[in-house]
Amino acid sequence: MAEEVLLLGAWASPFTSRVELALKLKGVQYKYSDEDLNNKSPSLLQYNPIYKKVPVLVHNGKPIVESQVILEYIDETWQGYPLLPKDLYERAIARFWVKFIDDKCWPALQKVFIGEEKGREKAVEEAYEVLKFLEKELKEKRFFGGESIGMVDIAANIIGYWLGACEEATGVELLTREKFPKLSNWIDEFVSNSVIKENLPPRDKLVPFLRHRFGL
Amino acid sequence: MAKSEVKLLGAWPSPFVMRARIALNIKAVEYEFLQETLEPKSQLLLQSNPVYKKIPVLIHADKPICESLVIVQYIDDVWTSGPSILPSDPYDRAIHRFWAAYLDDKFYPTLRSIRAAQGEEARKALLEQLAEGIALLEEAFGKCSQGKAFFGGDGIGFLDIAFGCFLGLLRATEKMGGVKLLDEAKTPGLVKWADRFCADGAVKGVMPETEKLIEFAKVFMAKMRGAPAK
Repeated sequence: MAEEVLLLGAWASPFTSRVELALKLKGVQYKYSDEDLNNKSPSLLQYNPIYKKVPVLVHNGKPIVESQVILEYIDETWQGYPLLPKDLYERAIARFWVKFIDDKCWPALQKVFIGEEKGREKAVEEAYEVLKFLEKELKEKRFFGGESIGMVDIAANIIGYWLGACEEATGVELLTREKFPKLSNWIDEFVSNSVIKENLPPRDKLVPFLRHRFGL
Repeated sequence: MAKSEVKLLGAWPSPFVMRARIALNIKAVEYEFLQETLEPKSQLLLQSNPVYKKIPVLIHADKPICESLVIVQYIDDVWTSGPSILPSDPYDRAIHRFWAAYLDDKFYPTLRSIRAAQGEEARKALLEQLAEGIALLEEAFGKCSQGKAFFGGDGIGFLDIAFGCFLGLLRATEKMGGVKLLDEAKTPGLVKWADRFCADGAVKGVMPETEKLIEFAKVFMAKMRGAPAK
């Protein structure tokens, strides 16, 4: 049976980008369908009735939702490039950090860039605390995954690319090389990686989009 | 493997700690249970979970693993001679993971908020939200179990553990609130599943009694009322 892989996404969404990245690293052929999140398609509502969100991966007609769940599915379904480490303990550590990024980093970043100005100083302090954990976790590694990109690096795309775009859109400086030298180096590695580079939404499109999103 | 090789840092009322215990029981892993005092938090807890400072923490050959669902997956990955916890098919695994995330991101926060809800209106709204979630889970149970005993099929699986750990809290909420959350009429599948789950050998010894949980909740709520306003 011919394999059918469809991805419903939104071009500006880091969560959609994660899935595209994983599929590209695995060399999976897929069809991409961009969603207008202000006018959600019947397909989206049918495939993800609970959250009505992107990304949705549809594999041979069966939908999988939630980017973390999708990444695990992709790693288990398609061989080749491993997204998770082989070592079982390292694997648990990777899963821990992926969860940390979604549970702690994402909300902290949102508070900084979307939150009200009067709460900004506090939000920045809180974001620093969160980012410090990731700075420490990098240690001397090139990527969170070691020598090559892994699931944690993919999940950290919000820091690798979207954070910088948000800084540009809002004029708020958060992640400086001085405060976060390791993360800064990691960001350089992240955006210069050949597979990642080709699959990021263009900066000159993303920044105005974010500005508009933030009501600026 | 020596018993001291596997330690679990936890506390009896915690549903998240229960997840780890059930998983270890399924795999028949001998482990040392370290009761965490929480007030104040022990040195071991602060050292082994510096990010969240929360239980459970599994310590395997001196290496800590945190976050209950990460722990359960680790246990499943490592102890392969016991029954599998996650389904073998990647799509089924995705379904289990999806619902486990739903339980942690949506269901549990709602359940926990009921305790601290101010006023009847707020409580009613939360109970309605919870009921909607339970209805979704009843449907999921039908699809996942395919007529068998558990979400995982013949034996307890990942989603059974992720959801079943909240049964104590659900029952306590029912009793304290005079409401029925798992109802023979509305959620017959889950009602039978709940009984089977609680009776299972891997669960029986680690599911706290509803009365004890109610006591614990009362103490907790009294503390919250006594605490200075934020």
